[in-house]
Amino acid sequence: MSAPLLEVEDLRVRLRTPRGTAHVVNGLGYTVGRGETVAVVGESGSGKSVSVLALLGLLPARVATVTGAARLDGEDLLTMSPERLREVRGPGVGMVFQDPMTSLNPVLTIGRQLVEGIRAHGEVSKAEARERAAGLLAEVGLPDPQRALDRYPHELSGGMRQRVVIAIALSNNPSLLIADEATTALDVTVQAQILDLVAELQAEHGTGVIWITHDLGVVAGIADRVLVMYGGRCVEDGTVDDVLERPAHPYTRGLLGALPDLATSDDGDLATVPGVPPAPTDLPPGCVFWPRCPVRSDPRCATEQPPLAIVPTSHRDIGGGGLVHRAATWCEEGSRG
Amino acid sequence: MSVIVFGLVQLVPGDPIRLALGTRFDQETYDALLARSGLGQPLVTQYFGWAGRALTGDLGVSFRSGETVTSLIAERLPATLTLAFASILVALLIAVPLGTLSALRPRSVVDRVATVLSQIGISVPEFWMAIVLILVFAGTLGWLPSGGYVPLTEDPGGWAQRLLLPAVVTGVVSGSVITRFVRSSVLEALGADHVRTAQAKGLPTRQIFAWHVLRNALLPLVTVTGVQLAYLLSGVVVVEIVFAWPGLGQLALQAVQSRDYPVLQGAILLFAVVFLLINLVVDLLYTAIDPRIRR
Amino acid sequence: MTGAPLPEPAVSPTATEAGVPSTARTSRPRWRETLVLLARNPTAAVAATVLLLIALMAVFDETLAPSGPNEIAVEDRLQPPSLEHPFGTDDLGRDILSRVVLGAAVSLRVGFLAVAFALVVGALIGLLAGFYGCWVDDVLMRFMDILFAFPAVLLAIAVLAVRGPGSGNTALAIGIVYVPVFARVTRASVLGVREEVYVRASRSVGASDWRLLTRHVLPNAAPPIIVQTSVSLAFAVLAEAALSFLGLGTQPPNPSWGLMLAEGRGFIDLAWWLAFFPGMAIFLTVLCFNLLGDGLRDVLDPRQRTLMAGSGR
Repeated sequence: MSAPLLEVEDLRVRLRTPRGTAHVVNGLGYTVGRGETVAVVGESGSGKSVSVLALLGLLPARVATVTGAARLDGEDLLTMSPERLREVRGPGVGMVFQDPMTSLNPVLTIGRQLVEGIRAHGEVSKAEARERAAGLLAEVGLPDPQRALDRYPHELSGGMRQRVVIAIALSNNPSLLIADEATTALDVTVQAQILDLVAELQAEHGTGVIWITHDLGVVAGIADRVLVMYGGRCVEDGTVDDVLERPAHPYTRGLLGALPDLATSDDGDLATVPGVPPAPTDLPPGCVFWPRCPVRSDPRCATEQPPLAIVPTSHRDIGGGGLVHRAATWCEEGSRG
Repeated sequence: MSVIVFGLVQLVPGDPIRLALGTRFDQETYDALLARSGLGQPLVTQYFGWAGRALTGDLGVSFRSGETVTSLIAERLPATLTLAFASILVALLIAVPLGTLSALRPRSVVDRVATVLSQIGISVPEFWMAIVLILVFAGTLGWLPSGGYVPLTEDPGGWAQRLLLPAVVTGVVSGSVITRFVRSSVLEALGADHVRTAQAKGLPTRQIFAWHVLRNALLPLVTVTGVQLAYLLSGVVVVEIVFAWPGLGQLALQAVQSRDYPVLQGAILLFAVVFLLINLVVDLLYTAIDPRIRR
Repeated sequence: MTGAPLPEPAVSPTATEAGVPSTARTSRPRWRETLVLLARNPTAAVAATVLLLIALMAVFDETLAPSGPNEIAVEDRLQPPSLEHPFGTDDLGRDILSRVVLGAAVSLRVGFLAVAFALVVGALIGLLAGFYGCWVDDVLMRFMDILFAFPAVLLAIAVLAVRGPGSGNTALAIGIVYVPVFARVTRASVLGVREEVYVRASRSVGASDWRLLTRHVLPNAAPPIIVQTSVSLAFAVLAEAALSFLGLGTQPPNPSWGLMLAEGRGFIDLAWWLAFFPGMAIFLTVLCFNLLGDGLRDVLDPRQRTLMAGSGR
């Protein structure tokens, strides 16, 4: 197998807060291949957004400390110079944020916001950039793209705005697209349209995608692989089939518990697991899920962190690197369940 | 509103005609003046007469000097406008860089110093600062004249010299208020989601700052500058007095002291109109800057 | 007070939601909590202490003042600061320290009276407007808007022109200027509280309007008003000084800080201390009220910080 597009290794993020140091991301590692879609799921506060913001250096430097490595095409994003990082933002990685209502600048036209992104990465004349911008808007399905260029964000609906944000993220043909809860704020029909759009564009350009969501319906719909985050750690990852059909971690099973039927579920939000996630300022010493875990069978649960290990009974563990099903738990039940 | 202007001034105690005549008082002249000024008529009649004439630009005649109020005001207006605009310029020159710097580095030394300075600027009595500055720059150092006014057209150097101190005094105070607004609006703009989008686009930092932070922080700045300008136009009374600046504030104060109704009415009306005008201009500017308000 | 705009009225679209507590509280523990939090803010604590000292000075002026403030001693005129006269003496040989101490009483009295007037009238108007809404709201607030459209300084000068100079009238003039500000702040926070669950609940069990207003609405709408009070006191002291400086406020021979400044101005080349010390007193007092206001805002009403920034003037 060729080298993956993105290789994240032992990513750790600490934030200084008034209540002490918050360990928001704790040793996260995963890979994304070219043209592959990886879904990152977890409750709010599980560190999923922070983990991708950290990749692009978008966390406030005054409070955030990021360690580890994140190689995009072999080049470490976390140690590169600010100037190089700026060059990578856009052509290397495009990003779509959660709230289309606020992620566009309200006082600049759509055209301007697209054009400035295009012109920041290469000698392009204004007219040419405008032409490309119109083309992008057409590509993301905005009606009457030429006129849309001169409109302001408030003149568009939420779904249309999110299309604009996606157009901006794609404007420099990034090799990796990160979507942070990109459809959460949209209604279901629009959400389906956006998902189709991204899948289409991805197939066309071979873009790798990281899709952050807490919507399992979305995961089942678009992802190749899933990574479940809890307390800033990856507690389980594997193919969509493995993780959703044969969850090995008690947390994942909890999440899936109340999900009625994956195939038909439109708004398959995560099931409610009793209790609240641990405060990142005060993580338990053992398994992060221990305080809420309904199983807790092993004595090591409370004291020792379970490593992310290949799920023993997984019949795919013989497969290539990307297809391994792993879980971080002392609980053996997963194999039998 | 004109009713209030009129009514307020009508309540001024003392008989203005008696006061204007002073020692030359005799009943015959008094009656003649009373008839001419219309002060003997019922208040309602007086009001409508005054309001009607005010609409045509006729604000009456000063009891004291006999000049028309319109010409008195026109004479004083340039000085006040000059001072107000110079002050707002000083204020912005202080506030925009200082507020921006402290927003960029919250809780840093610069921020703390700026906060303390603006707090001091807001609390310092202007007339006191004026006196201290006169003492230092006009007295001890002898660099600048202690007051007065010469028109720009006659002596540009002297005009600038005399304008400097009063403009600095009022500018420092307004600037302190504006600094706080600039700081908070830049801070708010910095934290906005669209700034993150701009960063993720790979825009150079300077471009992000100019077009996605400052451009957005401009909106509240326009409002607060308008408010400050409105108050500066009417509020420079004390500074005009200290610096012997022949503006409208001085005129209004003299009118109060001599119970010169028409002048006081005219001045207050003018200030109120200017206040409304500035608000109108701010609204228009706002529409130009913020596309969300355009319809 | 020149160029001293009135506060940007602390009312903006968001102010309605801002700073409104979500649950009814009994007031006593809340006060204690506020004091504790305030004491932890060093700037506010120092400001409060200094103000307390100034207030004590104002109360015990006669006993504290080293010599009679209106005691004329021509042989001692225009003495520079010395051990005997720490702030020097004025053109009539009066001890400036004593006059500054007495001036505190005058300045603070006028300031408090003015703010008390503005608070009572303004809060009442805002309370009625916010609580009853409809035409009551329209009529009252329209009137407030008109009053607010007048330049503050001019309005105060006009009121003094009508009523004649003097301390009481100065307080009234400044108070009138500030009525609309209190009306707006109060109305905004009452509007925020009015629809809270506990208010509707009390209404549904048949509580009278008066009871609703005094027991529920007022206590919970109070924080922004308290902050505004502190900030307004700063303005009022400054305004009193300015008006007295213009000769419209406190009349001689009473020592008001503004008046002393005006008197000292003529001797500025000869004796800087005449104008310097009263000005310093005004500055310190105003500064402390502003700092205290900031501290109170942080404690009581954190979300309003940006809204009311710089509203001391």
